[in-house]
Amino acid sequence: MTDPVLTLAADHGLTRAAPAPGDSPLAIRGMTVSYGEKPAVFSVDATFPPHAMTAIIGPNGAGKSTMLKAALGVIPRLSGEVTVFGRPIGKARDRIAYVPQRASVDWDFPATVIDVVLMGLYRRVGLLKRLTGAHLAAARDCLDRVGMADFTDRQIGQLSGGQQQRVFLARALAQEADLYLLDEPFAGVDAATERAIIDVLKALKAEGRAVVCVHHDLATVARYFDHVFLINVRRIAEGPVATAFTAANLHATYGGRLATAHLDQLDLGLGGAS
Amino acid sequence: MSSLLDALLLGAGYNAALVGIGAGLLGFAAGAAGTFLFLRKRALVSDAVAHATLPGVGLAFIAMVALGGDGRNLVGLLAGSALSAWAGLLLVEWITRRTRLSEDAAIGAVLSVFFGAGVVLLTVIQTMSAGRQAGLEGFLLGSTAGMLFQDAVVIAVGGTLAVLATWVLRRPMTLVAFDADYAAACGYDVRRIDLAMMALVMAVTVIGLKLVGLILIVAMLIIPPVTARFWTERSGRVIWIAGALGGTAGYVGAAISASAPAMPTGPIIVLGAAALFLLSLFLAPARGVAAALLRRRRFQRRVHRRQGLLALARSERVHDPLTLKVLRAEGLIRPDGVATDAGRAQAARVARDERRWDVAREIHQDAGLTGRYDGLTPIEQVFTPDEIAAFDRVIGGPSPVGGPV
Amino acid sequence: MGNEFVQFSLTPMLIGTLAAVACALPGNFLLLRRQALIGDAISHVVLPGIVVAFLLTGAVAAIPMLLGAAGAAVVAVIVIEAIKRLGRIEPGAAMGVTFTSLFAGGVLLLEQSDTSSVHLDVEHALMGNLESLIWFKARGWGSLLDPVALAALPDELGRIAAVCALVIALTVLFWRPLKISTFDEGFAQAQGLPVGLIGFGLVGVAAVAAVAAFDAVGSIIVIAMFICPPAAARLMTNRLERQVGWSVVFAVASAVLGYVLAGYGPLWFGGQNAVSAAGMIAVVSGLILGLACLVGPHRARVGARGEAA
Repeated sequence: MTDPVLTLAADHGLTRAAPAPGDSPLAIRGMTVSYGEKPAVFSVDATFPPHAMTAIIGPNGAGKSTMLKAALGVIPRLSGEVTVFGRPIGKARDRIAYVPQRASVDWDFPATVIDVVLMGLYRRVGLLKRLTGAHLAAARDCLDRVGMADFTDRQIGQLSGGQQQRVFLARALAQEADLYLLDEPFAGVDAATERAIIDVLKALKAEGRAVVCVHHDLATVARYFDHVFLINVRRIAEGPVATAFTAANLHATYGGRLATAHLDQLDLGLGGAS
Repeated sequence: MSSLLDALLLGAGYNAALVGIGAGLLGFAAGAAGTFLFLRKRALVSDAVAHATLPGVGLAFIAMVALGGDGRNLVGLLAGSALSAWAGLLLVEWITRRTRLSEDAAIGAVLSVFFGAGVVLLTVIQTMSAGRQAGLEGFLLGSTAGMLFQDAVVIAVGGTLAVLATWVLRRPMTLVAFDADYAAACGYDVRRIDLAMMALVMAVTVIGLKLVGLILIVAMLIIPPVTARFWTERSGRVIWIAGALGGTAGYVGAAISASAPAMPTGPIIVLGAAALFLLSLFLAPARGVAAALLRRRRFQRRVHRRQGLLALARSERVHDPLTLKVLRAEGLIRPDGVATDAGRAQAARVARDERRWDVAREIHQDAGLTGRYDGLTPIEQVFTPDEIAAFDRVIGGPSPVGGPV
Repeated sequence: MGNEFVQFSLTPMLIGTLAAVACALPGNFLLLRRQALIGDAISHVVLPGIVVAFLLTGAVAAIPMLLGAAGAAVVAVIVIEAIKRLGRIEPGAAMGVTFTSLFAGGVLLLEQSDTSSVHLDVEHALMGNLESLIWFKARGWGSLLDPVALAALPDELGRIAAVCALVIALTVLFWRPLKISTFDEGFAQAQGLPVGLIGFGLVGVAAVAAVAAFDAVGSIIVIAMFICPPAAARLMTNRLERQVGWSVVFAVASAVLGYVLAGYGPLWFGGQNAVSAAGMIAVVSGLILGLACLVGPHRARVGARGEAA
């Protein structure tokens, strides 16, 4: 193996250990997604760890949400493979719970809070089986866990943004999945909701489930998450907060948009020095 | 064939000539007026307007007969249709504003209910002694057969007035159609301009009723703007291209219809416009389907080529079938997947490009640059040769340039 | 009275009611998906469909014409989707281009072909002829138990009843996937639901309902029933289950009231002839929607619409 080209590549840090997607809750290989003629996500590899909370971070337009949606097949991929717990994603749908961005649906839809949560059970209940009292009780329990038990029969259009986000989370809880994928769950919600959501997510992690959030608030990364995945069209870095959430990686991700003064206020991991 | 030539040269009789001129002008006005609707994403409002004319036609007929006049007076019928179309428009606006229903539901409700009411009135007219030969069904599909000279004059004059109105109002309407918020900030009364836009659409509809009928006039308001959009990215030009396309379809369609039997004017005009649309959809240079497919294919191959070379540079195996195909087709890998000499050379270039980008991003930490680091932009497009040489000095490389790094 | 009612009014009223329900059910989902006007588009392309079927078979037979109409609806839906995607044209404009062009083609074909000997014309396609679907053999309510009389029921009744039953069965069977993919397409996709197929299936069912209803009652009712009862129902409640229930009630009320008003209304005003039942049914559904817009308990938009915190 003395191929000069490959040696060159090795010199330049281009080689890396092939990801071991075996038991990763979510592993992505060589995924490219484009809107028109510009890649929004280019050749991204990612291996999210089990029993952990991971934040996908990057500047606006860096492809964070696109990466999540394309992995789930909500938008088409130009290339790439996705595995969930070692199996092709199409065969592991029942182990995934997805919380889309709140703005992606029409909240004027004729449904009540409990209706939305029950949607999380549809996959298990099937087409025709009747919803029983046990199902209703399970849905109410999920609402209770996000602090929305008092709003069961409220029309969803009458909720505040934070309450809508909690209902979405309750629906995901009802799915009883092993992998939770959340797209900007903290965007535009009140402080109480943010606390409620993070408590639920931490409880999920404690139960041994994996949580992946598209996240935009750098100030809370170190407090909320164990792992980070930095993306700006390409994968910039990935790893535990302590080693990957560094000033150098943030500079590489955000470019000059992130003033050094701002960086100093962040609760960076141990490897903060560049 | 010679009769078609005659018709095109206005030699097929006085009425036919007037109808031809009227159809051309009407087509122009419809294309231009429809552009404003299309750019405002309200193209199907014209559908509601058109169907809402029918009860007006019926009521006008009944009223004129009740007053002892001739129920078939075209000016009277058109005035009635304008009134009911206006009522329909206001209802669409009222439903959208006052209730939670969206505009498409309001459009559908108004068009079906008004049309239903119109049909009820038509059956009432059929039972009136004066209504036996009213010929109001002609307003459904248009009919130039047996058209009076006076009717042809109404169409020609109406078409001229509609074109003039479009010309006078083109600036405020373009502004509102393009960016209503900006127009409001500039001090324009968006609601009034919207209403003027609707009034123009209504005028075109009413004039076109006799010629192409209320169902097909919708086509003249929608198809030319959609077609024009394929040929330009500038809203100002869409208006005139749409007008020209509509005018051509109208004039030529009327001529064909006048030159042969069993060639109803309305459908011929609409099918002419549809043919122009199909041509544009497939063949337009920038937005056409053929061009877009080619671009998409080239783009996808570029992505796979680059990803494949990156994998080669990292001495990873390539699995993706399309990537393998692209690399093989260019002789970059052997059939068994191992890189050829050419493949290794290309991989080395890609690896160098990647490394240069890494360095570039370390040196120039600015936002614009990160945006162009998309895996496909060659670094030569962003930096000068001198700058790249500077990156190479940082990299070092397999054959050291010399001097400390 | 009884005899005359059974003979002349029972079957048209039943056919109108079944057609109204078959259209209103898918109409609910189309309305919520902002695709209400697809019903408009489908009902316009029915004409070219039956004309082509007539030219191919040379006869005015119900089954080939229904197939032709259904084929035209499918073609139209595919063309609309293709124009939307390939040409990057907004849905409304893509629909407008498609259905007007196909309709124009249908009218031209009709003019060019010799259909003077057969009963095939545009007005009939638009307005239907509900009044003519009478039960000749009926001699009163007792005929409902008489096999000979039952065999002479208009064919349209059997067809629309079968389609209505099909629509109801499919709505019940696919209720959950329909509801979830209509409310939150991304979530449905992440669960592995084939949302594209569900959307196409919905439009397909709408097309079948439209074609069967059109056969009996003409295009106007079809468009009106796709939109007016579901729209009025949306203003009555904030739950999908109840909305669909209300829409069925409104559809039945429109059909029955409209038919009665068309048949007997003119008599009250001193006229002698009935007016178009199809037109009157559309008008009644519009009046119901108008009332719902004025006094429906849930007529106004309320609350946060996804932006406010």
